[in-house]
Amino acid sequence: MDLLEYQGKQFFSRHGLPVSPGLVARGVPEAREIADRIGYPVVVKAQVHIGGRGKAGGIRLAGDAEEVATAADAILGMDIGGHTVGCVLIEEAAQIAVEYYASFTLDRSARRYLGMLSARGGVDIEAVAASDPSSIAKIWVDPVEGFEEADARTWVLAARLDETATDELVEVLLELYEAFVEGDADLVEINPLVLTPEGRVRVLDAKVTLDDNSVFRHPEYRAYDATQPRDEREASAHALGLQYVGLDGTVGVIANGAGLAMSTVDVVAQAGGAAANFLDIGGGADVETMAAALRVINNDPAVKAIFINIFGGIVQGEVVAQGILDALDRVELRAPIVLRLDGTNADQGRAMVAPRLSEMLMMAGSMSGGAARAVAIAGSR
Amino acid sequence: MSIWLDEHSRVVYQGLTGRAGRFHALRNRAYGTRVVAGTNPSKAGASVEGIPVFATVGAAVEATGADVSCVFVPAPYVRSAVVEAAEGGVTLVVVITEGVPAKDEAWLCAKLRRDHPEVRVIGPNCPGLISPGKANVGITAGDIALSGGPVGLVSRSGTLTYQALYELKQAGIGVTTCVGIGGDPVPGTSFTDCLAAFEEDPETAAVMMIGEIGGSAEEEAAAFVAEHMTKPAVAYIAGITAPPGKKMGHAGAIVSGGKGTAAAKIETLSAAGVRVGESPSEAGRHMVEVVAGL
Repeated sequence: MDLLEYQGKQFFSRHGLPVSPGLVARGVPEAREIADRIGYPVVVKAQVHIGGRGKAGGIRLAGDAEEVATAADAILGMDIGGHTVGCVLIEEAAQIAVEYYASFTLDRSARRYLGMLSARGGVDIEAVAASDPSSIAKIWVDPVEGFEEADARTWVLAARLDETATDELVEVLLELYEAFVEGDADLVEINPLVLTPEGRVRVLDAKVTLDDNSVFRHPEYRAYDATQPRDEREASAHALGLQYVGLDGTVGVIANGAGLAMSTVDVVAQAGGAAANFLDIGGGADVETMAAALRVINNDPAVKAIFINIFGGIVQGEVVAQGILDALDRVELRAPIVLRLDGTNADQGRAMVAPRLSEMLMMAGSMSGGAARAVAIAGSR
Repeated sequence: MSIWLDEHSRVVYQGLTGRAGRFHALRNRAYGTRVVAGTNPSKAGASVEGIPVFATVGAAVEATGADVSCVFVPAPYVRSAVVEAAEGGVTLVVVITEGVPAKDEAWLCAKLRRDHPEVRVIGPNCPGLISPGKANVGITAGDIALSGGPVGLVSRSGTLTYQALYELKQAGIGVTTCVGIGGDPVPGTSFTDCLAAFEEDPETAAVMMIGEIGGSAEEEAAAFVAEHMTKPAVAYIAGITAPPGKKMGHAGAIVSGGKGTAAAKIETLSAAGVRVGESPSEAGRHMVEVVAGL
């Protein structure tokens, strides 16, 4: 899950990183109140799950209460790349001498953690990596050996950062690593990490992605679930515990297993159509899951045909069939279903569905045949 | 021959007394796998349908000569279960459990690299591996795979593995070993590890790879094919139409920062001489042609 900047800063702050004082506001009076408490000047920053806030006018400096009100009023409700701004971070404005970049992530192919540090912060790091790769100092950390003070010191030197700030930078990098590991983050990124004219180090922006699989160690992460960017369809599927991603087409897709679901979306495209969604009911889906999946797809007004593509492994054919039959009894279908069923107990499943076959429920003999049929139906409605 | 698993493999199930562990251990035994033991720290001395339960993998290895472990314990306990298996003396650990944190996977890789380099981990979040006609360890339905080779199969996805086995079986093509490496960001065994083993295996004459978006494992496999493989390879990559920035079910299946796209993987594999099918069926048809030409 991706954190908003203010959540990322709270996360960093818990791990000891130097974050400027600030609080989040959802309305103009609240923004003024917070700014009055912090003292001027402050920065008013849009909280959205997308980059490019500055260019879109989502970050403004305010020298007094009037300016805070004007800025908050302009930014709240603003659309930035399709994301509506619901809250703003009001933060003490830091004096900036230089801007650095620091991050830790997982290098999947090296099976180690990758740290990146650069004197060229404040700009898009992908662009820096493309135009001036030598300005990024990379280190690979062995997860068992860990990251020690000596490693951090060598790293700061390699990145050619201001030597007078080395001690404080080393401390910040050690804290950043701790946040990454102890916090079970997939990514921790500070861009920019700034030096003030007095030589103090400050975290000016925070990009944090947490590992969904680590919630059992961090039950408090459940609170972040509410601010994940999801459209209405994704939110209702998520509430039912389904792995769902909304897409733009007209063929609703239900499959078991992430790979098969992805492949089904692709095969629908190859048949000349477009899927309305990715939906994986999982390896061990039961009757309820299948019925819930059908309800979610059926509620999507864009869906003109439904393609259910099941290859039974753990999921057995008769369970899939029962789920569909249950859903047919409970839900009024707005779009016809094309069902492809193979694998464990597929014959039993097909036999159960056979008496109910109609123009609203059809069987397909293969994955590509089913996709073609669903695309044809969607095109004709 | 087959890779890593055959009729002599003796398998211990960590989590045998749980619902999933019991169901699949018995299914694997019915397939012909030599299921010799289970573990549960608080149920030593018990038995599950005649399978003896030990407190630890070490005790199971000592008593039964187990050399493979299959892990069904819940995600929070996978890290310690794999260490226990490695210290207990097995050389292959197959982790079926899903939902394991990436930090635990990365730590396990590093731990085994340093302290137990002889131990191979497959998974987590994988269907396991099957050497058809010899042994099946994990959750693959054994009857969808035809035995006898000549194809070695490796896949990041569970159900797509079944789909691929099914396509091959319908075409009358057998499999030496099918390895599901799992869809997580840090799998214990990579495509490249499997390709290297298949290249060495005298009975495997061709290789089929099922990949998906995210990471660069397919690109690394392509480089390996180009430099080291003499056997023909066919591939299928899922997620051509996946939108960037969205996790497509698997924790590892995400296109981020323009990297890990299906298009890039397909291009790299094709350039390395791998025949890439646009759908699982087309990949199956490619393999029919490859096998006919062997």
